[in-house]
Amino acid sequence: MSDFLNPQFWYSVIRVSTPLLFGVMAAILSSITGTINIGIEGMMLMSAFWGTIIASLAQNPWLGLLAGIASSTMMAVILAYFHLKLKTDLVIGGVALNLLSSGLTVFLLYLITGDKGSSASLKSAVIPRLDIPFLKDLPFVGRVLSGHNVLTYIAIISVFVVHYLVKKTPLGIRMRAVGENPGAAVSVGISVYRMKFLSLILSGIFAGFGGAFLSMGYVSWFARDMTSGRGFIAIAAQALGGSSALFGAFGAILFGIAEASGITLQSLRIPSEITNMLPFILTLIVLVIYARSRVRSHSRIQEQ
Amino acid sequence: MKRTLAILELVRFVITVGIALLIGYLFLLFSTDEPTEAFKLFLTGPLTTQRRFVEFLNNSVPLMMTGIALSLVFQAKIFNIGAEGQLFFSAFGAMIFALYFPQTPWLHILVVLFGAALFGALWAFVPAFLKTKWKASELVSSLMMNYISYFFVLFLVNNFFRDKTAGALVSYRFPQSAWLSTLTRFRLNSGIFISIALAIAIGLIVYRTKWGYQIRATGANKKFSLYSGIKTSMVGFWVQLLSGAVAGLAGGIELAAMYRRFVWQSLPGYGFDGIIVAILARNNPFLVIPSALFIAYLRIGANIMGRTTGVAPEIVVVLQSLMILLITAEALLERFKQRAITKEAMKNE
Amino acid sequence: MKAIEAVEITKVYPNGVVANRNVSLSVQEGEVHAIVGENGAGKTTLMKIFFGIEKPTSGEIRVFGRPVHISSPKEAIALGIGMVHQHFMLVPSFSVAENIMLGIEPKKGFFSIDFKKMEEIIGDYAKQLNFDVPIWEKVLDLPVGVKQRIEILKALVRGAKILILDEPSSVLTPQEVDDLFGVLRKLVKNGLTVIFITHKLNEVKQIADRITVMRNAQVVGTYDNRNITEMQIVELMIGRKFEYDIKRERREPGEVVLTVRDLDYFREDGAHVLKDVSFSLRSGEILAIAGLEGNGQKELVEILTGLREKAKGEILLNGEKVLGQHPWHLRKKGIAHIPEDRIEVGCALDLSIAENLISDRYHSQPFSGKVVYRKSQVIDFGKKVLREYNIKAKSPHTMVRMLSGGNMQKVVVAREMTNHAQVIIANQPTHGIDVASSEFIRKKLIEARDNGKAVLLISTDLQEVLQIADRILVLYKGEIVAHLKNEDLNETELGYYMLGVKRQEKIQGSL
Repeated sequence: MSDFLNPQFWYSVIRVSTPLLFGVMAAILSSITGTINIGIEGMMLMSAFWGTIIASLAQNPWLGLLAGIASSTMMAVILAYFHLKLKTDLVIGGVALNLLSSGLTVFLLYLITGDKGSSASLKSAVIPRLDIPFLKDLPFVGRVLSGHNVLTYIAIISVFVVHYLVKKTPLGIRMRAVGENPGAAVSVGISVYRMKFLSLILSGIFAGFGGAFLSMGYVSWFARDMTSGRGFIAIAAQALGGSSALFGAFGAILFGIAEASGITLQSLRIPSEITNMLPFILTLIVLVIYARSRVRSHSRIQEQ
Repeated sequence: MKRTLAILELVRFVITVGIALLIGYLFLLFSTDEPTEAFKLFLTGPLTTQRRFVEFLNNSVPLMMTGIALSLVFQAKIFNIGAEGQLFFSAFGAMIFALYFPQTPWLHILVVLFGAALFGALWAFVPAFLKTKWKASELVSSLMMNYISYFFVLFLVNNFFRDKTAGALVSYRFPQSAWLSTLTRFRLNSGIFISIALAIAIGLIVYRTKWGYQIRATGANKKFSLYSGIKTSMVGFWVQLLSGAVAGLAGGIELAAMYRRFVWQSLPGYGFDGIIVAILARNNPFLVIPSALFIAYLRIGANIMGRTTGVAPEIVVVLQSLMILLITAEALLERFKQRAITKEAMKNE
Repeated sequence: MKAIEAVEITKVYPNGVVANRNVSLSVQEGEVHAIVGENGAGKTTLMKIFFGIEKPTSGEIRVFGRPVHISSPKEAIALGIGMVHQHFMLVPSFSVAENIMLGIEPKKGFFSIDFKKMEEIIGDYAKQLNFDVPIWEKVLDLPVGVKQRIEILKALVRGAKILILDEPSSVLTPQEVDDLFGVLRKLVKNGLTVIFITHKLNEVKQIADRITVMRNAQVVGTYDNRNITEMQIVELMIGRKFEYDIKRERREPGEVVLTVRDLDYFREDGAHVLKDVSFSLRSGEILAIAGLEGNGQKELVEILTGLREKAKGEILLNGEKVLGQHPWHLRKKGIAHIPEDRIEVGCALDLSIAENLISDRYHSQPFSGKVVYRKSQVIDFGKKVLREYNIKAKSPHTMVRMLSGGNMQKVVVAREMTNHAQVIIANQPTHGIDVASSEFIRKKLIEARDNGKAVLLISTDLQEVLQIADRILVLYKGEIVAHLKNEDLNETELGYYMLGVKRQEKIQGSL
């Protein structure tokens, strides 16, 4: 219990929440237009792979970051194309892409490194950390907030950016219109197709950031299926917050706490399998609480 | 008209497979010095020896069953994709019944299989209940249950049921009364007959019984079904339990026939493959039989190729994902479909 | 100067339906031009082509003399064409201002919306037309008349010179219609051209300068309003002397079958939607509940048919309490329901006609035994119904998706009239379907009533109510405000009650 007063714990929470924050932003940006991106998990994985591979080959973490984001965005384009143009079901498409990502990353990993488990054999390049000058000297808060990976700071900033984008900009309004009443958008000449496409691409970009962090900040290698369900947890966290990035971020931090607690608990000799279960059980609980709290519709026939 | 549509579906299938294979070949070009050799192994591998052929048939067994499980829920348009977790948990259940139930011949194996199905249904109960009672998304809850199942079962097996005399992290061996027989010296899984029979049985249920009508109507239009008097939330509940039981049976059969102890340290993936099988079969349990055989053929072909040439067999997963995308792309061949419909409409003018 | 012209427009849909066949018409600048025709005549399709929602298969459009290709609403708007749809295209959770300025939001700096400027621009236009719109309120709760004004402002704010209105008065009361026409006349005086689609001929005679009649995807002709009568228009629309009179003999109703007592309901958003509603329904009569959309009918029907919960009060079917029961029980006890929405509720589009017909009885003989579902019996029944109800389809195997609106509705009606129910609740049964099918369905309802069934008709179509109802209740803001016997009643009188202008002090007669 005293761990909760330890700034090291909260530092850990923020670090661990980073990929989830990106994931939740990705989920929000896709769901406001009504196109829920189930493929965030696979997109993160793809970005994690290409990020560290390119970074290692070029010995440049920023190129790696770019490559990672490009790969996840490309997957988003494929999803958008298949769903919007060829009318593939969105959920099935997302599931297919997750499978594709899982298989392709292992295939290429083996091809490039000869190892099916991880890319640890490569000399990797990572995204650096940042010590923020005045912040780091503040008691407690300094230990918690300073010294994080650059991507962590980007994640925190992007929460506010996305929130503003969604609520206060023309683009945000148009995207929300498309999600809530596509007919209204069409009637004023907004291209529903283009908005949905754009939202999936934005979603892919943020998923890319999240994945890149995993293999170039959280750890410095790629391991098969290293996203471990984070993409799905992000989707659940977004369901909590609706179209508000702030609420969604809150959800992400909540799961970050669960994960960080798991790590702490492991040092108490609680078996890793139990602690690994924690974020998923928490998601389940949150899902139930959320479902129960939703305005209980009186109508049997109006399903969500 | 119906025939034209069926032919178009077949054409779509052929084109999809063709494209996928083409892309597969391209991958091979980049990853090995002998792409043609590898490709040949991939396409014909399962037919080259009897052993390999049996390997292929055996692989189709769990795929067929998870395919059936998922086709059931997909028919009702319920996205409970927890087959993987249900299978894993049911395997654990099978192990329990195998190790602790009296070893009476015939009865024991029946109990093991029944127990596996029961555990599978139990694991599916959670998402089913959450959806029925509180309308919680079964997609998210079933996904979470997959991960929870994995960690939970591993925790139990590795800590309480581990056979310390064996070399690897596996459970105690099952007694012989809990074995499902294998045939011939190549060890053909007799469960294949069970799974084919089950596919037919479930197919008959879906298309030829009242409950099947309920499932299909609920899947076609939930509001309509509710309005017509069908208790749609109950239909959703039971179909998920049934699906869990079938997925559970898959786990039980696999363990009782092929390994005779709990051997998995990671998720075997059959539950996710079941999604592909079901989609390819257009959610029709009867068609799951050829669909599972097809996917198994590709899998084993890729494995054989992998063993012989050093190309990672995971490439086949990529091909399968592509196939899903293409098969479910309704707009593919849309133009031809429309022309056929228009011609038909003109004929009636 | 011709504001907009259609020249030999043909539109064939991918499913083979010919919606417009060599349609040619022209609209003069500054006129009010009405386009009339039955459902399916092709008028909505033509407007969709004008507004860029559909592209013609062949033919040309000219706007102010210039040939143009209108491939999207964006292009239509740019050409000065604005459209007010029948079903409003508004985002419920957005404010009025956000809805009006959607897509043309004034910007402050690079990224943000200039909310103040929005207010200015809208205020200007609203003043021009003497409108009063609550700019920052959420559209969700606003009354229908206001929503329509928002739609008109939406079009004007984008510089519309040609305003198309699709069935604008279908949701308005007679008084609101007059207001609307006042606005239209003002707009025309300011140089706007107005096209409106309707099947309300009396309104057409009121406001239109010229009238184009369409029938069977073709233009029958364009006429000057002064040179044509309502009856003539109807004959051109139908092509034969149209029988308005559906024979309805006076009958003595039988026993009370359904009693609704003190039904009170608060919707999930808190609105007090039904206030102590009480009435009874007897066998052998048609009781109509008239009222404009949004006065509680939807919720009333859903409560009566088990599709909505948490209402208070009592509903007695043959003396048995049935409030809150699942549709399974209600159907078993003899309540049939023809729903308002045939696509989302009344049918399963991807199932066959036969499978749709037995969705309420698949579990009993002869369609099912203890376990087995007897497909052949289902098909046979389907064949019988296709014949009896004159449904245009190849076979009972045909997917309902392929049917036209009228035929789809016939499938629904066929199911609900062949299930031995005592009470038939028909909610907008002829909404949006062609005249021939409408007539068929109305006759079927009367037939049911003659056979001793109790029919509860909920309809916003006054003509329909006056045609077939024996008694009429008017529902206004959740209350019964009038109870009338359908003898020598006229539309306007009914309209007063529906608008809440008049109400009966004491509801006369036994409900």
